[in-house]
Parts: sequence; C-alpha cells; structure tokens
Amino acid sequence: MSHYLSLILFEPLVGALLILLINKQNEDAIKWVANITALAGFVISIPLWFWYNPGSADFQLVERAPWIPSVGAEYFLGVDGLSVLLILLTTMMGFIAVLSSWTAITERVKEYYIFLLVLQTGMLGAFMSLDFLLFFLFWEVMLVPMYFLIGIWGSANRLYSAIKFFLYTLVGSVVMLLGILALYFYNHSVTGVYTFDVTVFHKLAVPFDLQWWIFLAFFLGFAIKVPMFPFHTWLPDAHTDAPTAGSVILAAVLLKMGTYGFLRFSLPILPDASRHFVPMIVVLSIIGIVYGALVALAQKDWKRLVAYSSVSHMAMVMLGMFALNPVGITGSIVQQLNHGISTGALFLIVGIVYERRHTREISEYGGLSKVMPVYAAIFLIMTMSSIGLPALNGFIGEFLILQGVFVANKIWALFAGSGVVLGAAYMLYLYQRTMFGKIENPKNERLLDLNHREFATFAPLLILAVWMGLYPTPFLRRLETSVQHIVMRVNASYAQAYADCGAGAPTAAQVASSDNPAAKFLASMPCDTTGKK
Amino acid sequence: MPAGLSTSDFYYILPELVLTGGALLLLIADVILPKTQRAALAWVTLIVIGATLASLVPFESTHVEVAHGLLAVDRFALFFKILFLVAAGITVLMSVPYLSVEGASPGEYYFLILCATLGMMIVSGGIDLITIFIGLETMTVSFYILAGFIKPSQRSNEAAVKYFLLGAFSVGILLYGMSLMYGLSGTTNLRVMASAFVGQEHDPRLVLAVILVVAGVGFKIAAVPFHMWAPDVYEGAPTPITAFLSVGSKAASFAMLLRIFVEGLPAMSADWRLLFYVLSIVTMTVGNFAALTQTNVKRMLAYSSIAHAGYVLIGVVAGTARGVTATLIYLLIYSFMQLGAFAVIVLLRRRDEIGDELKDFSGLAFRNPFAAFAMLLFMLSLGGIPPTAGFMGKFWLFSAAIDAGYYWLAVIGVLNSAVSLYYYIRIVVFMYLKKETIGSEPRTSPTLAIALAVAVAATLVLGVYPRLLFEVAEASARTLGVAAPVITALR
Repeated sequence: MSHYLSLILFEPLVGALLILLINKQNEDAIKWVANITALAGFVISIPLWFWYNPGSADFQLVERAPWIPSVGAEYFLGVDGLSVLLILLTTMMGFIAVLSSWTAITERVKEYYIFLLVLQTGMLGAFMSLDFLLFFLFWEVMLVPMYFLIGIWGSANRLYSAIKFFLYTLVGSVVMLLGILALYFYNHSVTGVYTFDVTVFHKLAVPFDLQWWIFLAFFLGFAIKVPMFPFHTWLPDAHTDAPTAGSVILAAVLLKMGTYGFLRFSLPILPDASRHFVPMIVVLSIIGIVYGALVALAQKDWKRLVAYSSVSHMAMVMLGMFALNPVGITGSIVQQLNHGISTGALFLIVGIVYERRHTREISEYGGLSKVMPVYAAIFLIMTMSSIGLPALNGFIGEFLILQGVFVANKIWALFAGSGVVLGAAYMLYLYQRTMFGKIENPKNERLLDLNHREFATFAPLLILAVWMGLYPTPFLRRLETSVQHIVMRVNASYAQAYADCGAGAPTAAQVASSDNPAAKFLASMPCDTTGKK
Repeated sequence: MPAGLSTSDFYYILPELVLTGGALLLLIADVILPKTQRAALAWVTLIVIGATLASLVPFESTHVEVAHGLLAVDRFALFFKILFLVAAGITVLMSVPYLSVEGASPGEYYFLILCATLGMMIVSGGIDLITIFIGLETMTVSFYILAGFIKPSQRSNEAAVKYFLLGAFSVGILLYGMSLMYGLSGTTNLRVMASAFVGQEHDPRLVLAVILVVAGVGFKIAAVPFHMWAPDVYEGAPTPITAFLSVGSKAASFAMLLRIFVEGLPAMSADWRLLFYVLSIVTMTVGNFAALTQTNVKRMLAYSSIAHAGYVLIGVVAGTARGVTATLIYLLIYSFMQLGAFAVIVLLRRRDEIGDELKDFSGLAFRNPFAAFAMLLFMLSLGGIPPTAGFMGKFWLFSAAIDAGYYWLAVIGVLNSAVSLYYYIRIVVFMYLKKETIGSEPRTSPTLAIALAVAVAATLVLGVYPRLLFEVAEASARTLGVAAPVITALR
C-alpha cells in the first residue's frame, strides 16, 4: 500500500471532520463516531507491526511528495523501528483516551472529540515526519488542541495550567526552530542544496562549534517536552488540571515526543555535541529521578503524585539514553513504551475514582479494595509495572537502563538504582493509603466497581504489560536497527571496538540479520573472548 | 526628450486610470442615487476594485519604466497592487454593516477608500521621489479624513487630528531627507540616483539624508520610537478604516521603504540596515510588551501591528533577495490575518455597544461559533502557530535572518513571537473559556461573512500549502532594483 502512512496519519482528521457535521445536540452519535474513528485508527495501524521489516536498516513505508520546492520542504513520511512502536502506542492510547471519556465529558462534547482527534493527527505526524519543517509543523499543531483540552474541560486551576503549558512548550519549540534553520543553512553551504530532509542531515558532518549551538537549541525544545529538570514545572499543573483523557494522552504520548526528538534528531545529527553534553544531561536526569520521586512522596493530590512520578520516570529514560550504548538506549526506548502504558493506566485509574467522587485528595480515600476489587487488582498490576517488578514490562525497561548506565559509569547506576527504590516507595505508599486499610470515609462505601467500558480501557494495557514483561523479544527485535544506527553515529567507540575485534564495524543491516540475538543485544561487549561478534 | 506623456504611458498606467475613473463614477453615483439606494454604492465600489484587478492581468510579466522614468510597471509593483486591491475589497465588505450601524454616509467613504488605494498603487510603482511622495500624500490625506469619518464620535475626531498633526510633521521630515537626496545627486529618479551615490558612503550629508528618510518611513510603518500615533489613531478610527490603515498603509509604506532604500540607496546599505536593525529590535519588543497590558482589543491590535512591523523589518535588515521575498510574503499574509481580526471586531459592533473591549469577546464561541473560530485562527496566525499562514510567514522571515547571519535578530524575533501569544491567547480565553455573555447576539451580515471566509481561507490555505505564494513573492522580489527599459512608444 503506497500511502499507508498517510492513511494512518489523516484518519483521525477525517473522523474530526465527520464529527463537525453532526449536530452538537446529538451527543450519542458524536461519541460513537469518535470511538469508531479511534478504534479504526488503532486497527489500521496494527499492520505496521507486521509490515515493518526489522532486517532492513532504511526507513520504510516511505512517502515523498514535493511540498514547497522553492524552500526544499517535502511531504516526507517514513518509519523505522522506533517510530513504529511509538505510532502503535499513540493509536492505542488515542483509542483508550477516547473510550475513557464516554461519561466523563458532558459539556461541549462535540468540540472535545474534535480536539482529541486533531491532537491525534498532530502526534502521529510528528512521529512519522522525516522532513524537519513538516515535523515542526506537527509538533506545534499539537499545542493548540491540548491547550483547549486543558483549558475547557480541566479542573479548578485549568486556565493557568493551560496557558503555562502552552507558552512554556512554545518557547522551547521556537528556539528549536532556529536550530533547524541553522542546520538547513549549514547543509546548503556544504552541499549547495536547500533541503529539510532528515535523512540527509543524518549523514551530514557538522562542525563542533555549530553542533554545540544547535544541540542547545534542540535541547531546549525537547527537554521542556520530556520534561527534564529544571524545565518540568509545567507538567504537574498541566497533568493535574487536565481531564482524564487529556492526562493520559499527555503522559503516554506527548512526553515521548521529547525523547523521540533526542533519539531521532539530537543524537544522530549532533553526535559530538551529544557526547560533550553527557555530563550536563546526566546530572539533570539524576536530579530529576531523585527530586521527582521525593516530591511525589510528599504529594497529597493523587494526580499530582502520578505527575511527579512521570518526571522521575522520564528522567530515568533520559539517563538510559545518554549512557550512549545499545543496551542503555534500547532500555530507554522500552521504558518510554512502558511509561506510556503504566502511567497512562495510572491516570485512567485516578480518572475513574475522580468521576465517582470528584476529589483527588488521597486522604479522602482508603480501603477501596474492599468495595472495588477488580479496580484494586488492576491498580496493583499497574503499580507493580510502574515500580519495575519482574514479570511485568517495567522490569525490562529498568533493567536494561541500569545495565546500560552501569557500563557507562557505576556512580550513575547507583543513582538510577535509587530511583527504582524511591519509585517503589511512593507508589506503594499511595496504594496503601488508597486501597488498603479500613474504609474511613462513608462516601467510599458504595462506590461502584469498574463497568465493562472502563475495564475495556484497561484491557490492552494489561495485556501489553504482561506481554512485554514476559516476552519482550518482538519489541526488542524491532528496535535493533534503529538503536544500532543511533549508536553507530553517536558513539564512535562502539564502531572502533568492533573494528578492533578485527572484522570491521558491522552495518546496522548486518547486525539485524545476524542470528545471535543475545550477543547482538548485549553489545556492550562487542566481541567475546574468541573475537566473535 | 519630448515632454509630456505618450500613448504608451497611458497604456501602462491603465489600472490606475481605471481606479480613478471608477472612483469618480462612484462620486457621481452617490449624487444621483436616492438615499434609499445607498447600499448599492458598496457594490459599485467592489465592481470598480474588480475591474482594476482585471486590468492588472495584461501586465503580469511586464518590466518597464514609463513616463520618463517616473513610474515602474514591474512584478514588485504588481504584487503590491494586488495586495492593496484585495485589502480594499475586504475593507469595503467589512464597512457595509459598520456604516449601517454608525449611520454614516457611504458615498464619500467609499470614494476615499478608492483614493487611498490609488495613492498606494502609485507609491508601489513609483521609482521617482516625487511620484512616491504624491502617492504617499494621496493615500495619507484620504486616511486623515477617513480616520475622522464618524463625526459624532469624539474618539474618531481625536484620532483624525492626531494622525494629521503627527503625519504632517513626519512627512516634513521625510521630505527634508528626500530633498537632501535630490540635492546631493541632482536627480529625483531613484535608479539614476543609485549610481550617483556610489563612493559617497561617508558623506555626512548623505548620512543625514538616510537618517531623515528612515525617520519619515519609520513614522509611516509605526516603528518605535515613531509609533506614538498608532494606538490612539487605531483605537479611534472606524474599525474598517483601522483595518485598512494597518494593512494597506503599512504595506504601501514598506513598498516605499524597499523602493527608496534598495533601488535608490544601495550604496548606503550598511547604514540603513544598521538603523533598521535597531528599529526592528526595539519595535518588536516595545510593541509586544505594550500589548500585554491592553484591555481594548483595537488598541491591543494596534500595538501588535507595531510589533509586526518589527518582524517585517527583519526581512529588510537581512537585505538579501530572500529577505525581500520574506518581507513580501509576510505583508500579504499579515494583510489577511489583520483584516480578518478587525472584521470580527466589526461583527461585535452593534447599536448598543462599541464592541472593542476584551470583555465583549466573552463567550463568543457560544454566541457565534464561526466568528469565534475565525478569530482563533487569526490569533494563532498572528502568533505564528502552524498550520496557519502566519507561521509560514514568520518562518521565512527568520530563515532570511539566519541566512544573512543575523542570529540574534532571529532569536529576539522568535522570543517576541512567543511573548505575543500570551495576549493573542487571552482573546481566545475570553471567547472559548468564559461563559458569561454581554449584550445582544452579534449577527453576521452576508458581506461580513464573505470577508471573514476569504480571510479564513487564505490563512488556512497559505499555512498548509504556501508554495504558490513563495514562488510569486520570490519572482516579485527579484525584480526590485533590476533596471528596466524606459518605454516611450507602444510596442
């Protein structure tokens, strides 16, 4: 199918246009169209899993068409392993978010679903774009629907949180635009061609001085999105005041934009600057892990606690990424997916009790496992996933990150490990305060357990949590070529270590097609003692 | 050289002649038509504008000088003429409901709009200081009258008087600079002047001339520190006139700026680019920060308009073909978003209220969703958020700056863009996020709906698919400063 990616990309927009035509009083029709659109969006993206060929090193399912030729901008879409997994996460979480809003949103229903679907297109476009201008367009397009989602359907402090989110992320984005333009003009000065093609930039040799500035410009844009300390202050407000579906999408997908940006753009295009800034990023990440966790421990608002846990988890993701070795980066990507699944689920969990009791105060709850057993079970599974209990997805991500970081620097691994411990602390404390013990508050005595629709929103997340925890190989296989490509660019010592083994650095395709998965994977030791790879 | 105009000259100024004839026709129609048929005058005006646009078609790729080097008919002028006529058309569409609410007489109003447009067209085509000045004054005097058109309104009268006094003062400065340029070169033709100034970069008299002309032009584009007139005049003038002033007059002044400096003073480019560099930074910053505290939307848009002049100056400072292209692109895009935003303000003007305070926008999304969506689009476009045209325009301006090496200018530009979104979003907050509504239901009159639809379509289409605009603007920019044959006989 030659336009498969465009189909996935614009399908939510078509749904939004359909909803535009429906009379705003007909709320049922609107909800059905939105849900069917979101589900269809997920279902048509499933073939990506099968059609993506892990053996090939190139971008696949490519679509290219001229957009603004006089400027060198093209409509250029393509995927590699990293984007495939993130796109699948996006379509899945999009469906879950739409489904979870059925009873939660009662006012201005039409605009709500339109914004949600437009946001979906924006996020998908950012993951698929291989043209920098197109990427930037989709990156910014995401801001407006999210602003409205928080500002109209959010809770008490929504106006402040919405504008803070909007302006904060915007400042990062516009500075990133300048970095993009600097790269664009440098490329022209070297090749004589005006282009925004990312694949061309991946092969460009940029002088270190320019790399330094461009890295910082990109850093501002991506670090605010991740969010890294100290640019994280928009997140607690935005997450807490957004409606449930908004928080789910924000945590599960929007935060991944930042890390995706680092992996797709900063690391491969600016390798020398990336290595140069490792100490700074590691320090900020470690502070983020520990600080995020400690602040989460002190929270009284349930949603705010989960929001700070996001800060801590994403800082762990960044730490794994900037270990700059295959294991660390793979762990970082896996943990991104995990965070999407587990934190998305945690926000859904808060949303469910919030819909029933209209309060997020942890002290208002307690002993809920007695009246809502299914809910408590799901909450427990997701808590364990977030903590990193073996047999669930969180363990795979955290273990790989720790392994990668340990190879890079043992002190960093110590701090990363502490993050795991602190993570367990605040999550278990939360669980205990809300689920265990006696039911102190009489309002909690007659709370209803999950209904079928609510359970359906959790089902895919549970399945994935267990699947990725017990059998992560299919996910890891799809990531190999992307990770290898990034590592080859950014960490020349790997290429050197392979060359030292005697047989020259393997190409990404060779790595993918060789059939020793364990050795490929633990490529922190490129050669074993016999010199074999 | 034979004196006077030849037949070929009249052929090449056909559009201007059509416009003049049409304007006079309008005056006659105003006298002839009975009072009840006055509404037809708007349609007559639109027909005249349409006829003028049609008369531009034969000149699509012309590149000549006519009337002994007084006027140039080239793509640069063509680009601006189309901009002015479209802006005038949208202004007329906006004025129909506004005039009926205000109860002002339409005949002279539309005539003056056409006069102003004529002045703008002459300015964009002028390559001689005298021609430019004539066009400028035609446009400006028309605006002096139009600003004070609502006679019972004290604010309108105040706006007119302020504009007139400050305008007369500044045009004197401009004229002084122009006379120095004439005195030092012996000619008023910009293209001939350019070669006369080669090697004169350090002549203090020429430097003085440059400074004076920059000041005069700075007043017209409302650059800081020559901007003091703009908020009061914009606030007091009738809303459609404010719109036309902020779009047409500004674009014409930029056309004048580009003609005078790029065609006439390329020798002094280091000096005037430095001056505009400083002006750009100060204008963007002061304009944006002053807009942050405004509660009157017209005044806020006035300060935002000042800031936008600062952004456009970035293109001028960059000085390359890319910079001029970016300037042209942004002026066209800016026209649509600005006209659209003012059209929404006209929408809110009803018999019982002025409708230009922030609180009047409260709950607009519930009262009139189409207008609210249009305003949302214009606010996002003015702030430079994709997928609107405003983003494409700003993107091209900043890329021109980076290409020419003005990195800090680009940084200040993007940061100012980010700041500006705070006050643009504030209007969005009132429209969408607040529920209290004040006053009666705003009705969209059909002509206003057409004006809004055109502006919305342009903002969206140019935001997603700007290719045609980029190519046209680039072709137009490249004709600036290119010598053209002087036509004395029809080919």
